[in-house]
Amino acid sequence: MSDTKIVDARDTFCPGPLMELITHMKQSSVGDTLELLSTDEGSGADVPEWVNKVGHEIISNEKIDGVWHIKIRKAK
Amino acid sequence: MRILVVGGGTGGTIVANNLARRLSAEIRSRRVRITMLSASDRHMYQPGLLYVAFGQMTPDQLYRDQASLLEGAIDFHVDPAVQFQLDQNKVITQSGKVYEYDILVMATGSRIVPEQVPGLVEGAETFYTEATAVKMFKRLREMQEGTVAVVVGVPHKCPIAPVELVFGLHDYFKARGIRDKIKIKYHYPIGRIHTIKEVATWAKPEFDRMGIEYETLFNVSEVDVKNKVVRSEEGTETQYDMLIAIPPHRGMEVIETNRLGEGGWIPTDRFKLTMNGHDNVFVVGDTTNLPVSKTGSAAHFQAEVIAENIASMIKIGTPVRDYDGKVYCFIETGHDSATYAMFNYQNPPDLKPPSKPMHWFKMSYNQMYWTSVRGLL
Repeated sequence: MSDTKIVDARDTFCPGPLMELITHMKQSSVGDTLELLSTDEGSGADVPEWVNKVGHEIISNEKIDGVWHIKIRKAK
Repeated sequence: MRILVVGGGTGGTIVANNLARRLSAEIRSRRVRITMLSASDRHMYQPGLLYVAFGQMTPDQLYRDQASLLEGAIDFHVDPAVQFQLDQNKVITQSGKVYEYDILVMATGSRIVPEQVPGLVEGAETFYTEATAVKMFKRLREMQEGTVAVVVGVPHKCPIAPVELVFGLHDYFKARGIRDKIKIKYHYPIGRIHTIKEVATWAKPEFDRMGIEYETLFNVSEVDVKNKVVRSEEGTETQYDMLIAIPPHRGMEVIETNRLGEGGWIPTDRFKLTMNGHDNVFVVGDTTNLPVSKTGSAAHFQAEVIAENIASMIKIGTPVRDYDGKVYCFIETGHDSATYAMFNYQNPPDLKPPSKPMHWFKMSYNQMYWTSVRGLL
């Protein structure tokens, strides 16, 4: 497994945090771990919704000092 | 001081022209030289492709000679870069020439990669090239009834294009008097119908009013061309009679082959617009890996910051301002109305109701672009 790749999508409205995450997931290999940083209030729910639906894995999901830190492992 | 601009699209052209004017005295006294390398002698107004796809513009209206758009002091060569030796401040071109620089501006842009989705090239129409936009219009004219499905690849240039396309389809079929025989089904990668929350909130009731069906959390995974079915990574599928795709994009191949950035996107400081680890390399527009819309508008605002900073570095030894993430996007809401979205890193867009004057402004801008890219607007 490679190191955790940071996807810094703080303070962005377009393409937005989830779209940024999908872009980086497509560039990653199965087993890679990505950590999304987002200041979008909705990310705490929006991102897990997509990750679970598509079949990847949420490792952790927490908000620290106003920033969502969501770790995802690419499963397929 | 040798400034080398690699790429002659919106970002590269505005940077070069803006610099040529700001540094005209330095260029005349031969203390500064600006060189541009491009893969083409023509410049395309890419937003016009959507109009071509609806038969509202013809391809010849999208082009100007690149040399005609550049300030006379710019040394322009149609000779694309193939090798970057950033540690030696050198770029080698297709013809084998070596260009040394003191400041490099990377403006190579992005490319569509529909081949990354099995069946998409064979099964889907698109409007991101001249040939495919014309082909899409011919297919639209043939449509008499059935389902038009729209799918959206990630990442993609011009994030507003998917909703503009749908509004355009509605108006197009309505004008032909067959809207009631055409089902339009829109598919979007995330959990709402547009990535900008304010656009999604505004567009959803518009879609409902127009009778446009939509499915969210749909990332296109394959197209079964024989059976006319498009499938998603999320496990759903849609039957179609005509499939239109916003194709996925990557950065240019030369960026990938030179290992300058994953996916062809160069790691870029979001404020300084310099390449990470290389203070004398600036990156503009689609070429960056920034979480900012890949649009001519973003490239334009970034180009102004880059040009101002390079000029001030030469004149007073320091850059003078940061890029604040500014983007301004027109949103065509059909064939006779439009609105816009303007935002930056800190402020979300505040959408105004669509209006005819805003559509006329957009139509005017389609011509004003040529003034804009010269750096005059």
